[in-house]
Amino acid sequence: MSEREIRTFSVNFGPQHPAAHGVLRLVLEMDGEVVERADPHIGLLHRGTEKLIEYRPYLQNIPYFDRLDYVSMMCQEHSYVLAVEKLLGITPPPRAQYIRVLFCEITRILNHLLNITTMALDIGAMTPLLWGFEQREKLMEFYEEVSGARMHANYFRFGGVNRDLPPGLEARIAEWCDQFEPFMDDLETLLTENRIFKQRTVDIGVVTAEQALAWGFSGPMLRASGIAWDLRKAQPYEVYEELDFDIPVGRHGDCYDRYLVRMQEMRESVRIIRQCLERMPEGPVRVPNHKVTPPSRHEMKRSMEALIHHFKLYTEGIHVPKGEVYVATENPKGEFGVYLVSDGTNRPYRCKIRSPGYVHLQALDMMCRGHQLADTVAIIGSLDIVFGEIDR
Amino acid sequence: MTVETGPEVVAALEEALETIEAAIGDDLLERRIERGELTIRVPAAHIVRVLTFLRDEPTLLFRELVDLCGVDWPEREQRFDVVYHLLSLHHNMRIRVKVHTDETTPVPSVVSVYPAAGWFEREAWDMYGILFEGHPDLRRILTDYGFEGHPLRKDFPLTGYVELRYDEERKRVVYEPVKLRQDFRTFDFLSPWEGMGELLPGDEKAQS
Repeated sequence: MSEREIRTFSVNFGPQHPAAHGVLRLVLEMDGEVVERADPHIGLLHRGTEKLIEYRPYLQNIPYFDRLDYVSMMCQEHSYVLAVEKLLGITPPPRAQYIRVLFCEITRILNHLLNITTMALDIGAMTPLLWGFEQREKLMEFYEEVSGARMHANYFRFGGVNRDLPPGLEARIAEWCDQFEPFMDDLETLLTENRIFKQRTVDIGVVTAEQALAWGFSGPMLRASGIAWDLRKAQPYEVYEELDFDIPVGRHGDCYDRYLVRMQEMRESVRIIRQCLERMPEGPVRVPNHKVTPPSRHEMKRSMEALIHHFKLYTEGIHVPKGEVYVATENPKGEFGVYLVSDGTNRPYRCKIRSPGYVHLQALDMMCRGHQLADTVAIIGSLDIVFGEIDR
Repeated sequence: MTVETGPEVVAALEEALETIEAAIGDDLLERRIERGELTIRVPAAHIVRVLTFLRDEPTLLFRELVDLCGVDWPEREQRFDVVYHLLSLHHNMRIRVKVHTDETTPVPSVVSVYPAAGWFEREAWDMYGILFEGHPDLRRILTDYGFEGHPLRKDFPLTGYVELRYDEERKRVVYEPVKLRQDFRTFDFLSPWEGMGELLPGDEKAQS
C-alpha cells in the first residue's frame, strides 16, 4: 500500500487573539500558508439575551440592546424602540426624532472609527488607532452629556427619548463637526493611498453582488459589492426622508472597497448631523401619553393621576397589544432587525434579534478560501464584527 | 415609525399576495397583512418549493433571507413556529413565511435555496431543538461544547440547570447544579382589574 502524504493541517486561531476582534475561535484547515476551510466557533460570549428579554418588562429590556454590539449602542436601542412603537401605534414628536437620528449618526461614526482603525492596526498601522480613539472619546462625551453613560446609554424610550439635550450641546456638536472633517482628511492621508495598506486589502476577500445577496449581506458589506441598498433611503424611518445625504457604493467588493465605503459613510454622517442640528425644532421629546411615558416630576407632586401613572409604569410597565412585527434599521454594521412577538402582556413573548455580524461572519469561510492566513486577519477586520451582537 | 405602513405599501403587498396565491394557492394555510407586514403560513414539507418560488418569481424576487428563527408555543400540538423573513431588494418588500413543526418532525433545510440559512438553522436547532432535514452541518452554535437542552424553549428555566466555575484544586472548569443565592423572583403582573370582564363581584346580587 502506497503511503499518501496528507498536507493539510489545522490551526486554532483565537479565542484570545487580538486580531479576532473579540472571542472568535477559528479552526483553520491550512494547506501550507493557504486557507482551505475556515470554521468559526462562536458563542463564547453568549449571554442568553433573548431568553432574558422574555422575562423582563418592555422598558427594562432597552439596556440589553446597548450591550449587544457595544460600539453601536443607540442604533440598536433604535430598532427595539421602533418595534415596540409600531406595536403600540405611537409616533414620537419631531424633536425626539431629530435627536434620535442625530445620535444614530454619532453612533455610526463611533462604530466606523473603531472598525477602520482597528482593522488598520491588524494589518500594521498603529497611528490611525491613536488618532481615531481621540475622536471617539469626544463623541462619547456627547453620549455622556445626554444619558450619563459613555457607552451603554439607555437613552431612547418608547415615544421619544429619555430627556432633552442639555443646553449648549448642539453648539458643541457643531464645533466637533468642524474639526472632524480635517481629521478625516488626515486619516485618509494615512491609509487611502498607503502602499502597504493597499497591498493588504485590495482584491482580498472579494464578494460579488450575487454572493452578497445569497449570503444575506447588508449595510456597508452589501454596498461595497456594488448594490446601492440602504434602509435609510429604501424604507426610511424617523426623519431620514427629509434629510439630504448620499449612499456610497463600492465596486469590487474587496476589503479596500469596504474600507472606502465606511470612510465615505462617516463624511455623510457628518452631513446628516449638521442638517439635524440646523433643522431641529423646539418642543417636547416624549409623547404626552402617560400610559407609555412617565409624567414629569413636577406633575407628580400635584396630581394623583400622574403619581398613579408613574407607579404603574415603573412596577408593571406598559402592556403592548397582541401581534408581531419585524422592524429593521440601518445600523453601522448592516441591517439590525428586531422580530417582536407580543401576547398582550407587559413582557415580550419572543424577541428575536437579527444581528448583521452573525450573517457576515457566516460567510467568512466563503471569503477566506484560497487566501493566506494573514489575509484572514484583513478579512475579519473588514467584516466589522463585534461579538456582543453575534453571540447575543 | 416606519413608513412601511403607508397605503401604497399595503397595495404592493396585496398585489404580491395575489401573485403568491395564484402560484401556490393550495399551500397557503394562512395569509394576512397586518401593520403593513405580509405573513403567510405554508406546510413544512413544501417550504423549499415555496421559498424557491418566492426567490425566483420575477415580480417578487425575494433574494435575501434576512432572518430565520424559532418561536415556541408549548400549549399547541405542533409547538414550534419556524419563521423566515425574506427581503426583496428589487421591489423593496418584505415577507414573513411561517411553518409549524414539533420536536420530532424535521423541517426541510433551505440551505440549498439560501446559503445564509446555514447558521440560522443551526441556531434554531441549538435554541429550540428544531430539526432540519438535509442541513450539511447541524451542530450547536451558541451554547457551550457539550451543552444539554434547548435554552429558548418556554419550559427551560431562566436560570438553567448547571453553572460552571473554575476549580482551584482540579485546575479546570467544573460544572455543578445551579445554586441560587436568593430565591428566583418572578412576578405575576396580570392585573385582576383588567381580567375581570363585564361582571364585577357583587353584581350578581344586584341582578338577582
